[in-house]
Parts: sequence; structure tokens; C-alpha cells
Amino acid sequence: MRDLTDRALDTATARGASYVEARVVRREERAVVVKTGTVAALATAESEGIGLRALVDGAWGFAATRALAPVEVELAAGEAVRIARASATAIRRPVALDARAPAHGRYATEVRDDPFVVPLERTVASLLEADERMRGLQGVAFTEALFAAQRDTKTFAASDGSYVEQTITHVGGSIEANAVEGDEVQRRSYPDNGGGYRAAGYEWFEELALLDQAERVASEAVDLLHAPQCPPGRRTVVLDPSQLYLQIHESCGHPSELDRVFGTEAAYAGTSFLTTDKLGSFRYGSELVDIVADATVPGGLGSFGWDDEGVAAQSVPLVKEGIFVGYQSSRETAPRVGRKSSGGMRADGWNRIPLIRMTNINLLPRPGMTLEHIIADTDDGLYLHTNRSWSIDDRRLNFQFATEAAWEIKGGRLGQLYRNPTYTGITYEFWRSCDAVGDASSYRLLGTPNCGKGEPGQAAHVGHGCSGARFRDVQVGVGKW
Amino acid sequence: MVTAAAAELALGLAERALAFAEERGPDQAEVLYLGEDSALTRFANSEIHQNVAESNATVNMRMVFGTRVGVASTNRLDDEGLRRIAEAAEALSRLQAENPDFRSLPESVPIEPAAGAFAASTAASTPELRATGARALIGVAEALGVRAFGSFSTSVDTIAVATSLGIRAHQASTRAHVTTVAMGDDGEAGWAEAVAVDVDLVDPEAVGREAAQRAVRSRGATSLEPGDYPVVLEPYAVSDIVETIAYLGFSALAVQEGRSFYERGKRIGAPLVSIWDDGHDPEGLPLAFDFEGVAKQRVELVRAGEAVDIVYDSLTAGREGKRSTGHALPAPNPWGPFAINLAMAPGESGDDDLVHGMERGLLVTRFHYTNTVHPKRAIVTGMTRDGTFLVEKGEIVGPVRNLRFTQSYLDALAGVEAISRERKLLRGSFTSLLVPAVRIGAFTFTGATEF
Repeated sequence: MRDLTDRALDTATARGASYVEARVVRREERAVVVKTGTVAALATAESEGIGLRALVDGAWGFAATRALAPVEVELAAGEAVRIARASATAIRRPVALDARAPAHGRYATEVRDDPFVVPLERTVASLLEADERMRGLQGVAFTEALFAAQRDTKTFAASDGSYVEQTITHVGGSIEANAVEGDEVQRRSYPDNGGGYRAAGYEWFEELALLDQAERVASEAVDLLHAPQCPPGRRTVVLDPSQLYLQIHESCGHPSELDRVFGTEAAYAGTSFLTTDKLGSFRYGSELVDIVADATVPGGLGSFGWDDEGVAAQSVPLVKEGIFVGYQSSRETAPRVGRKSSGGMRADGWNRIPLIRMTNINLLPRPGMTLEHIIADTDDGLYLHTNRSWSIDDRRLNFQFATEAAWEIKGGRLGQLYRNPTYTGITYEFWRSCDAVGDASSYRLLGTPNCGKGEPGQAAHVGHGCSGARFRDVQVGVGKW
Repeated sequence: MVTAAAAELALGLAERALAFAEERGPDQAEVLYLGEDSALTRFANSEIHQNVAESNATVNMRMVFGTRVGVASTNRLDDEGLRRIAEAAEALSRLQAENPDFRSLPESVPIEPAAGAFAASTAASTPELRATGARALIGVAEALGVRAFGSFSTSVDTIAVATSLGIRAHQASTRAHVTTVAMGDDGEAGWAEAVAVDVDLVDPEAVGREAAQRAVRSRGATSLEPGDYPVVLEPYAVSDIVETIAYLGFSALAVQEGRSFYERGKRIGAPLVSIWDDGHDPEGLPLAFDFEGVAKQRVELVRAGEAVDIVYDSLTAGREGKRSTGHALPAPNPWGPFAINLAMAPGESGDDDLVHGMERGLLVTRFHYTNTVHPKRAIVTGMTRDGTFLVEKGEIVGPVRNLRFTQSYLDALAGVEAISRERKLLRGSFTSLLVPAVRIGAFTFTGATEF
């Protein structure tokens, strides 16, 4: 491999690049989807290629090809330089990268049982059994059970002498039951909408124990069908980690990406309200709110050894005791706020450039109260569980979420189940209203495998750890029902 | 440069892959070739900051033993790569129990080539051409005192399908796409977009001018109390409604699973509203066949406000003893068929007439980050973005800060009062859309933001 990356780097340098990176990535995927009793998808996929990012006259060019023959790689290197030269005709601020020592080493996700070796028959049988159990309940209209595994084997080489090899393995699994009657359709899923993913081996899929949850999931879907509509009003809400993780993702993860702050995502996903004048002083949340971007967490979907610029994995505080203190950044953006890269540049495969992406954006647990204690400590409120939909404005201020289920909390006990719960607010007002965060015993590491960003589009696997939290005076029940 | 002949080469490769599949003795086999040669120049703060090009091709192989189906894909297109996915697809299919839902891969039917899908000028686009376009767009924005953010992309997509049932289909398509947000120092913003098969028909400077002028008009936005307002929606906003409605309601799988609002003959829109899917519309981004190699039929989804037909792939059609309408996605596809060449019928109003006909309401350029809150009622939430204006007595009186809506898109279609004569070709999340501007009697805004 080194011969290939050397050839790419040498070619781009000889053509005039002042700095160049080569990433060779091989991606393998396995997927099994069972839908309502039949195997709807049983598939494997592989994709490999090389992506070259070259800096010429202070401007970037990137070219990628699936063809790994030396002559094709040289063509791609030449194309990256040509594109960079075209970029240089329309730049105002030449790219300047922060200094870092050349990166060297190897990293691999800790895997006990290789998900690409475990016989698929076992997985198919497991999903069919969970699916059958869900369908055993009267009122369930359609179901889905999912297994997915992805492995990226990648080599990063740069003209500063960096050379890093990594193997990242992710595994996910989930079940979902849907109940339908008239114009009502209700869904319950486990472990969360979109699949419970981890950086791990097949052991994670087994740990999910989908079968054990199938009956509950089905039963709650049917119960929701006949549950009353969640009433509107201003309420205290307790967010289960299955919803809180996405609240963190949308309202802290994205706005603290420094490329958004500088406008480079403005035409697509948008910008951010966390402008640089707020760094170090803006009260983002209550003093209970500590949020970090941590790429070192074992099992996290955003964990790795080095990012795709060759910056070592690290943990960076974003919000400390409620104050906004840090960004997710890159070698190009960090110097503009007087800092070093947070190591957050990640690319979706060989054919995409690295962008600032979330690693594991975690709300740190607070000693004192478990999630159960928080509920018991709540006199009147709603316990919101499992994300169902999400939306937030292009500066990440006005958000609205829906969850699959809401249980009323009265006198510290869970009671009435409500369907179609929604809540809305302004990011910093919401986080400032946080008056309880669960302790480490309630902490769960979740994540999403489909965080979209960039043009051409990229999907990232990002992690979120949290333990549940309580928020006061929140608007729930939005819209006409 | 990729030429139209690339599709014939792609078909040859698909046939070669099919031979590897048939060596393993399946009852049926299908090979789908997807090639992409694309480039995208991205600019922000009136400078180019990302500039990329990609060349890729994937072979997707579906193999059927009895009614057991396995799928494997690779972008290694040498003999070893093709042989390996043939082995994998066979192994996967043999893992399963018989699938009672599966009838057959589609039969071969004649495919009428899609006229106007390929432009050599687009295929020959260079980084220098895109940079020149970006500079022109940036220049017009700067001249109006705002900065430009956006992208200019060109691509050649090659698709070929070969199956053991005799399907042989191939097409090369091109696309040029310019999007931009113009923004000023006070947060004012305006959007514009253009897409075409032929890059020569895309005018980046005109796109930049439209966005910049909209941004300038957006200066000094004031807050407006959320509530129900009549609206005029620009085509950019209408595209979200049409795509979402098609996705939620007019896929056969959604109907079969009971999560769709669709019932044949049900009134779901005002009599002015007609929506269809047509892969052969030369005003759209033509595509002659789907990812199973089935000829695309024109399917009327809504005619004069009433629900008409839905789209099928071979699996969902087989369940009902019907034939696919040519709307399959690549296998394996647990998500069902989709309409991806959508169009909404034009009306008789001039663009200004829509606004002139509104006593007090909002002119909305675009929606942002919409998401379904309730699929069967088509309740969607999202934000307005990049140009929202208050209209009084038929005239735009000023910009307003962005609002959140939580609105049934079915109710929105039912409330359509007027439709523009002009339509715009746009790209959705996974579709092309040819859509007009519309005026709707009431639209429910449920929140506001700070800009």
C-alpha cells in the first residue's frame, strides 16, 4: 500500500502541491432486513478506492478513483492538483494548516466476534424470531428487524511523512413494530429509531437481545394506537437517553462545528448561532450541563485513532458547567480561533473529502440522581422516550422533536401513556432550563449511523453518550391534531 | 471525458457479470451497473473552499434460487471481483427460507429511450468551467453587497441492467446543478437554484442575481407572531410538499403496509392540483427505466385533486398480481418503490398574480429541514429559510424572521387557491421535480426563531 500512496503523494508534489494527503479505503458491509415475516434484504457490499486532497497556491483540490492501478492513481493525483489550481482562481484567504507532528501508527476497533465471519444464518434466524414474536401480538400491522455491519480498512498518508493504518468496525441491530388503525399509525422501536450501533463486533448485536424486547415493543405500539393524544401546554419533561441523544446531536453537536460557524456549510445544512464572539463566555445551558467531543470512548461510533487529517483522537470540552467553551474543528479552522485542531475531520469513504464531523458528543453524567430518581423527583411532567422525528433551523436555534411515546409523570410515578408527543424550543433556553442530569448508572452510549452533511452528501456514524435529563417549562404538543 | 457510448460499455460489463452469475446456476439473475463521474465546486464567503471530482462504478448482483434472493455488490470490476460477488450472492440466497412474497424478477418489455437525457457539454465540463461559473455568481452577489455560498456540480451517471430474463437496458444521463445562498452582514439571506441536463442551459450569474436580490430584499426582517396565514410558496418550497406527499403516500409498499393516506378516488387536494411521475418528460431529468430494468410508465398520482394511482416495483406489483410501473430502487430494497421524476401541473397565474391575490399573508421562498411528524396524516414540521416576506393588500411590505410550521401537507394541497404558469426544474432529496409556485389559503406556523 505504501508504494501506492507514495506514488500518489510524489505525483501531486511534483505537479506543484505544497501539501497532499492520500486515503485508501476499503469498506465492507453486511445487512439483513426482515420485514413482516420475510427476509427483505440479505446483502453484502464492498467498495474501495483512493481519495487525494492536494493544496496548491493556498487552495484545495480533491480527486477520487476506484481504480487502484498506479497509472490511475497518478491520473487522480494530477486531477487533484488541476482542480486545486482552478480553486485558486477564486480564493480570498489562502488555506493555512495548524502544525502537528507527522502521524504514525495503527488502530483497530476492539472486536471479540468478527461480524464478517459469524455465519449469517445465525443472524437471519435471530431476526426472524424477534420479528415473529412482534407479529404474535394482535394489532401489529407491520414489523422490521435489522442487522448491519460495516468495516472500513483505511490507510492515511501525507506529504509531511504521516502514515496511519486503521480498521474501524461498527455493528447495529434493531426491531420495530407498527400498529395501524384508521388514519392512525404508531411505531415503537428498540433500542432506538434507526438502529442501535456500536463500534464493536458481533457481540454487540447479541448484547442487544432483540428477542427479549420484542413483546414489549409490539405491545407498546398497539397501546399507543388507543392512547390519548399528548395534550399541549408548557410542561416539565424528562428525556430518556433514547431521545436526549438526538437533542444533543442537533442542538449542540452541529452548532459547535467550526466550519458551520465560518459559513462553509451555509448553502446546505446552514450556519450556527455559536459564533466566535460567544466562545468562553456564552451561557449555553445550566451549570449542570457538561458536554464533550470525545473520540477516545471505547465503543463509540465516533471513536478512532486518528482523524482523516492525521490528528490524534482526543476529548475536547464543548460546554463546561453550562458555558460554551470549545468547538469541533480541523487543522484549517482551528487556528482562526487560536486553537489546535480538535481532531474531528472525517470522510465518508474513499470518495469524499474529510469534513468536521461529530465524534462522540456526550453529555457527562452528574453524580446524585439516577434517571429513575429524576422521574421520582418530578411532581408533574412527561417522560419522553425514543425519537420519532426531528427538525431544527439553519442556525440551530428553533428545534422541534417528536418521540414515539410519552408517559405522564404524576407525583413521581409514571402513569398515562400519550401518543404523538412533540416538544419545541430555542436551544439555549432549553438547555438553561435543565435542572437534573442522570448519574453514571443511567448512562448509555448511543449514536446515529446517518448524520448527513456536505456536498456531495456524506453520511457519518456519530456517537452520543447521555444518561437522561430533566427540563422545565417546555412547550409540548405542537400543531393541530 | 465520459461519452454517451459509456452506457453501451456499461451494458457489456453488466452482461459479463451476468455470465458469472449464471455459471452458478440460479433460477434467475440480475446485474445492475451504476457508474458515476461527477465533480462539484463549492464556494462560501465568496470564495471556492472545496472542489472535488469522483469516478466510481458499482455492480450490484441479485441472484434467485427458487424464491430465495441474495444480493451482493462491488466496485471491483475485474473478473476476480465479479466472481466473488457471484459467489456471495449465491451463498446469501441459499441461507434463506423461501420468500412467499417474491414472484419473479421482471419480464423483459420494450424500453423507449429517454430523449434529452445526455448533453456532451455537461460531460465535458472542467474544473475551470465550474470555477468560471462560481466567479460569475460571486461577482454579481458582491456587486449587490452580499456574499455567495453554494455549489456548482456536473455529473455523468451511467446505468445498465442485464438479467437472465432478457432485460438489456442502458442509459447515460448528465446533470448540471447550481445552488446558492446569498447572505449579508445582518443575516439577510436569499436562495436560488438551477438544474439542467445541459450545462450550457445553466446560468450561474442569473442564479447569483436571483439569490442576491432576494437577500437584499430580506434586510431588516422583523418578527411575526406564529399563527395561521395564507401563503404563496415559491417552487423551492413546493418541491418539498410534492416530494414528501409522493414518498409518504404513493408508494405501493406504503399502501400495502397501511401507513399511507392513499385511497383511489380520495380527494386529497384542491381541484387545481394534479401531480404525476414521468421519466420521459423532456423538461425533467429523463430516465427511461428503473433499477430493475423496467420501462418507466407515466403514473398519475393526483388528478384534479383526487388520488389516482400509485407506483410499483416488481415485488409490490407481484403481491397484487400487477406489473411493475418501473419505479424500483436498487436491490435489495426494503423501502419499496418511489416516484423519482415528479411533476405538478402548472396553473394560469402569473408569478405576481399569486402575491397580488393575497390580502395578508406570507411569501415563502424555501423550507428547511422538514421532517414527518405523522406519516398517515402527512403532518410535517420544518422552517422557512432564505427569504420570507409579509404581504399586505397584495404587495410585499417587508421581510420577516423565519418561522416554524407544523402542517398537514394534505391540508396544504386541499387549500391551494392558485398556481403559477411557470414551473421550475429542481432537485429533491432523491428526485427531480418540475413544480410551480402556489398560493394556499391557510398554513399553520407554530413557532419562530431569532433571524
